[in-house]
Amino acid sequence: MALLELSGISKSFGPIKALSDVDFAVGRGEIVGLMGDNGAGKSTMVKLIAGNFPPSAGRIVLDGEAVQFHRPVEAREKGIEVVYQDLAICNNLSAAANVFLGRELKRRVGPFRFLDHRAMTRRAAELFADLKSETRPGDLVHKMSGGQRQAVAIARTRLAAAKIVLMDEPTAAISIRQVSEVLDLIRRLRDQGIAVILISHRMPDVFSVCDRVVVLRRGRKVADKPIAHSTPEEVTALITGAKETA
Amino acid sequence: MAEPGRVPGLDLDNVGRASWWQRGLFASQSAYVSLALVAVVIGMSLASQNFLTAGNISNVAQNFSFIAIATLGITLVIITGGIDLSVGSVMCFAAIISAMTMTALSDGSIAPWLITTVDGKPAAAVPGLIVALSILAGLAVSLVIGLANGFAIARLGLSPFVTTLGMLSIVRGLCYVVTNGRGSFPSGPDADLFYAITAGRVGPLPMSFVYLVGLAIVMAIVLHHTAWGRHVFALGGNEKAAELTGVPVGRVKIQVYVLSALAAGLNGIIVSGWLGSAPANMANSYELNIIAAAVIGGANLAGGIGGPLGAIVGCILLEVIRNGLVLAQVSSYWQQTLVGCIIVLAVLVDRLRTRGP
Ligand SMILES: Nc1ncnc2c1ncn2[C@@H]1O[C@H](COP(=O)(O)OP(=O)(O)OP(=O)(O)O)[C@@H](O)[C@H]1O
Ligand SMILES: [Mg+2]
Repeated sequence: MALLELSGISKSFGPIKALSDVDFAVGRGEIVGLMGDNGAGKSTMVKLIAGNFPPSAGRIVLDGEAVQFHRPVEAREKGIEVVYQDLAICNNLSAAANVFLGRELKRRVGPFRFLDHRAMTRRAAELFADLKSETRPGDLVHKMSGGQRQAVAIARTRLAAAKIVLMDEPTAAISIRQVSEVLDLIRRLRDQGIAVILISHRMPDVFSVCDRVVVLRRGRKVADKPIAHSTPEEVTALITGAKETA
Repeated sequence: MAEPGRVPGLDLDNVGRASWWQRGLFASQSAYVSLALVAVVIGMSLASQNFLTAGNISNVAQNFSFIAIATLGITLVIITGGIDLSVGSVMCFAAIISAMTMTALSDGSIAPWLITTVDGKPAAAVPGLIVALSILAGLAVSLVIGLANGFAIARLGLSPFVTTLGMLSIVRGLCYVVTNGRGSFPSGPDADLFYAITAGRVGPLPMSFVYLVGLAIVMAIVLHHTAWGRHVFALGGNEKAAELTGVPVGRVKIQVYVLSALAAGLNGIIVSGWLGSAPANMANSYELNIIAAAVIGGANLAGGIGGPLGAIVGCILLEVIRNGLVLAQVSSYWQQTLVGCIIVLAVLVDRLRTRGP
């Protein structure tokens, strides 16, 4: 049984049909690459799964249970973690504060609950070290490089025991060394049985970690096949429309 | 244990330490505005014999507390990236309601059992109860106004500027409606107690100053050491991100507008004690001074930055300059102009400093 199953999903923004009648499934410990041209509907798909907005039509089934999320937190509580394309980061806060935003670690002092700064800093430092990222927990995100910001957004997904991690272009702004760290992380997630949906425009990334590739074109799914049965050339042709379907 | 802010095994040899003026406490507008304040105080004490006298200092402490508690409240709103233009009107309305409640309770027109007669004079049945109820009434109307602001902004999605501009007018109108344009006076057997806790002193310190310091300390702790405080900053930094990461954005927004209204209400009640009355035009256009003080102290109208220390320093700086101009016998018409220059200057210096090498 698939861990997450979307059937007949459509999403319109006024006159724009961002997604039309898409079926899509991910299994436990599977890495699916989601590809498509700019505006193909990839981020829209991520946001639907993550509970940012409901689909205009269609069903989402998680772990055998039909789900309807009204807020992103509800999706997170069900084990769906997301790295958003725009990273969803507050520039005026430190890296550690951003990692723990919305789920701060607290200490009880009498009837009050205060932030546990020390524990959050330590845990964030560990997560950054895991990612081999040169990101210091106490630094303001405002002053950080694109890659360091991305590390902050990725570190967040490691806080809770996730079932699915959605990554919307997690390697867009980072160095070659860090790309391979992120790809390693994705493999480690898979080994723990976590499903990963990876959105990327980088063919080598998709072909080195993904088990399956799904291609969207103008809101329609035009391909869904094991990576072993495809080639970068074919996927490129599918993305551009040179090849209709596969 | 690793030193906070350092990743074990990851010393970045290309990352030096920031220059001292761009680091820690100095890295904030509040810090150099504090320095500016010290400089202004030194300058004025050299220029005028009368500036550093006990009487004048106490005068300044009293006067800046006129707006300082409201400034703490509005600073919270400004940190979230909002604005509250209704604070001046709320100050007035809370003061009026509290004075009217006291009058009504004292002449027995509501809850007559609160009044007994001692030696042929009316007296409070339970000492302090009339004052407590009157102040609570003033705070209760502030709370309602804050809730209305917060609801319109957070749930109906109206712009904070327009919502609170409307509220400014609505509440000011109500001040005239309920008093028939005359204003009201705190009176009755508990009036002395009311004056003691609003306009009185603890040793050399004005009561309002004591409240201010207490509230500022609580605010500093809450802002920097609780999840709620962190969410207030997150809202101002990136509201969308706050929403996505599970910060209860709507609720926090409503809460800051309520706190701003409560702070303004409390401030208004204190001011009415000091004035001895709550005229319907009290605190007229104070919202401008309050916002100016917050901004001079380092609260960023774009959101995400600000704190109680800055708010207080901004208020003191405004008052010290006003006081200095009075001592120097500069026409009061110039004061307004100068305040405007200081606002622009404070923001300009911040701009130059953060852009610097
Ligand atoms: N909130 C929104 N309101 C209106 N239209 C939207 C919204 N979000 C996305 N769209 C539209 O939906 C379409 C798909 O957008 P989406 O962000 O999913 O593309 P994408 O595949 O992620 O592209 P990219 O590779 O550029 O990130 C686009 O035409 C976009 O303009
Ligand atoms: Mg996208």
